[in-house]
Amino acid sequence: MSGSEASAGPRRGAVDPTVAAELPGLRLDWLTVTVRRGSAVAASGPDLTARLRMLSDRYRGATVIAMRTHPIPRAYRTFYRQIGLDPDVDRIPSEQAAIARLLQGGFASADLISDACLVAVVETGVPVWALDAAAVDPAPPGLGIGLAGTGAGADAGAGADAGAGARAGAGAGAGAGTGEGSLVIRDRHGVHAPLFGMPLAGEPGSSTTAVTLYSLGVAGVPQIHIDEALWLAAEQLGAAQGR
Amino acid sequence: MRDEVLTAAHTSVDAAAAWPGKAAGTGGSGAAWAAEAAGAAEAAARRTLRAQIALLESELAQAFVTAFEMRIDSLQGAADPARPRRGAPRLLDLGELEQIRDELAGRLTNARARITAATGEQAGKRELLARMQLEPGRYRFTRISCRELGEPGCGVWQVRPRLGLVGMLMGWWQVKLSSGCPLARGRGRRRVPPRS
Repeated sequence: MSGSEASAGPRRGAVDPTVAAELPGLRLDWLTVTVRRGSAVAASGPDLTARLRMLSDRYRGATVIAMRTHPIPRAYRTFYRQIGLDPDVDRIPSEQAAIARLLQGGFASADLISDACLVAVVETGVPVWALDAAAVDPAPPGLGIGLAGTGAGADAGAGADAGAGARAGAGAGAGAGTGEGSLVIRDRHGVHAPLFGMPLAGEPGSSTTAVTLYSLGVAGVPQIHIDEALWLAAEQLGAAQGR
Repeated sequence: MRDEVLTAAHTSVDAAAAWPGKAAGTGGSGAAWAAEAAGAAEAAARRTLRAQIALLESELAQAFVTAFEMRIDSLQGAADPARPRRGAPRLLDLGELEQIRDELAGRLTNARARITAATGEQAGKRELLARMQLEPGRYRFTRISCRELGEPGCGVWQVRPRLGLVGMLMGWWQVKLSSGCPLARGRGRRRVPPRS
């Protein structure tokens, strides 16, 4: 990985014991990648846009219809139901990407981070989101899954440098709610995003020099797919730094 | 299904209350133990409901794909983007899980009923097409679209007279399949040869 560096492999995030007891199999993995200042929100290079074009060719209407019967999308759809979301309204990330592909006629390139996360979700079916690493407290327990309104720290967005606009790849749009008792992504200082939702703050911006990529796994999704999704996204970021 | 889960939960609680020395009213620790047992029973019931939701979701997905393959226009309730959002992701209690399970079960029942009805209709249309091909004269101008047969494309089977009016007068009937879907942008402008 030239020009950028992924911190030593994905780290397993902490899951609130109440949540872990109720939803076994729910897990969060995250890693930090260093990037050149400003490159995270820059336009993607020709290699990445070419890859998106190639991935676009994989999708047909029938493929997308049948997606929900495949193991990984089915696992996420089931999990959505189990946490009170309707996957026919709040689409799971891989379906959301597929439907956007059908509507737009191809995967539209946005910026480096978004495209890297998009490649990861299309290739593996596992969603990846990105946060500015400066907004995440890496000290134990690090990034994890918890309930809003519990634990240490305020539940306001913990972002230090909120990037402009919605970024962070495969956002599920799973409702923006982080009301008390809702499932959230958090560190010891506060809430970063609702579960399967877009980050509230702390998205990578023009001053970002390190990006925290995180992914969510549920029961029925093999760990190797989660690791692959994170590595894929990190690899895309890394390849771009070498340009 | 709902009754089974609740019965299982209540049975566990009753069993806890009947445990020697642990029955409610025999002391504070007994009441606490009964409450703990009730909590455990409810957690078990929630697990059961989540497993049922997973199964129903899987079967509903299969039904959705089957409906697509059979060209059933809209599978009621299978994917309705007009449904309201349910709010933030959260840990659901027993009642909410039951509600979701019951809703999924209802949708699955509706979907299967529609698929069964459509299967019957399509079988009837196929039988009619076979009869049309055997005796076209008896089914003059009858039309069956490929969609009604559960097949892809926009083609239409129709009994038409051979050679137009002559065929009508002579009783020469045939079954023809139309050429298919119209072009999205029409036939376009006719090419005019350049003037020399």
